[in-house]
Amino acid sequence: MDIVPINDCMTNEELKIKVTEFLPSSTFGEGGEWTTFFVESLNWKSIAQQFRYSEDLDFDFLFCLTCVDWKTHFTMVYHLTSTKFHHTLVVKSKLDRNNPEIETVSDIWRTAEFHEREVYDLFGVKFLHHPDLRRLFMTDDWNGFPLRKDYEDPINMIKL
Amino acid sequence: MTEEKNISQSEFPGQVHSTAGGGILVTKLDEVINWARANSLWPLVFGTSCCAIEMMSTAAAKYDWSRFGFEVARATPRQADVIIIAGTIVNKMAPVLKRLYDQMADPKYVVAMGACATSGGPFFYNTYSVVKGADHVIPVDVYIAGCPPRPEALLHALITLQEKIKSGATREQIKSDK
Repeated sequence: MDIVPINDCMTNEELKIKVTEFLPSSTFGEGGEWTTFFVESLNWKSIAQQFRYSEDLDFDFLFCLTCVDWKTHFTMVYHLTSTKFHHTLVVKSKLDRNNPEIETVSDIWRTAEFHEREVYDLFGVKFLHHPDLRRLFMTDDWNGFPLRKDYEDPINMIKL
Repeated sequence: MTEEKNISQSEFPGQVHSTAGGGILVTKLDEVINWARANSLWPLVFGTSCCAIEMMSTAAAKYDWSRFGFEVARATPRQADVIIIAGTIVNKMAPVLKRLYDQMADPKYVVAMGACATSGGPFFYNTYSVVKGADHVIPVDVYIAGCPPRPEALLHALITLQEKIKSGATREQIKSDK
């Protein structure tokens, strides 16, 4: 394990500058602990590859993959960090609620296989070219996607 | 010969309890059996959720439950007397719980620990996967309130179970009295 000098880790502002070098037309979120970066769902795969394999960014650890259901649309959230440089980036991608599809990143970060299965199971987001997209937590013949805001289940759910 | 038998039937001291192997004579023996059973209940290791941590804490050195006879916590239901349902029961876990309960040998007792096992607890409303109370699956003798209940509360419930057994009021004993 090679020892990395501390000044190789980028602060939030440096990351912003670096990412803007890759993609000049990028938008950033405000506030929060980490730099937040918005991406179009169509461009996500190529951007993810650049993040993974570039020399100075080197995001090799995807530590969180979730989905948020705003009632008008979905947002996919990816948390990336670098084990070598110890800097963190948050990537958000807006998805259409009626047809939520996005490219899979399981061939870039292997952990995404299970996380994307979970998001498919609970939200119904289709991950294109995923090797094995099926339900993870619910039983295999379950109808519906439980974590959506408009999910109805008269048998199990008692509404407050 | 028959007259002798008739006279001895009516003057029979004590009650006859019918059990699986035939009737046995019970005088003060019932009390001794209940006392023995109550003071050596071996719990089954069954912790699904946060209440399991409090159960482990009760089993550990500070609030030791082996003072009361719960010396050995068996991992197999075949050798356990009491199942302490410590944690949430979800829809996927319910048939497993039923199977474990069926595998336990009579006499067996059930303690529902915490809010989730009593009634679904904080997951009573708006959840698609939690069974609203373990007594939808198996019959329960003692319920404990709390989220999670303190180790002293669990010990109090176990002592209550012991007293219930000694007084002959658990489901087991009422069932076999019929």
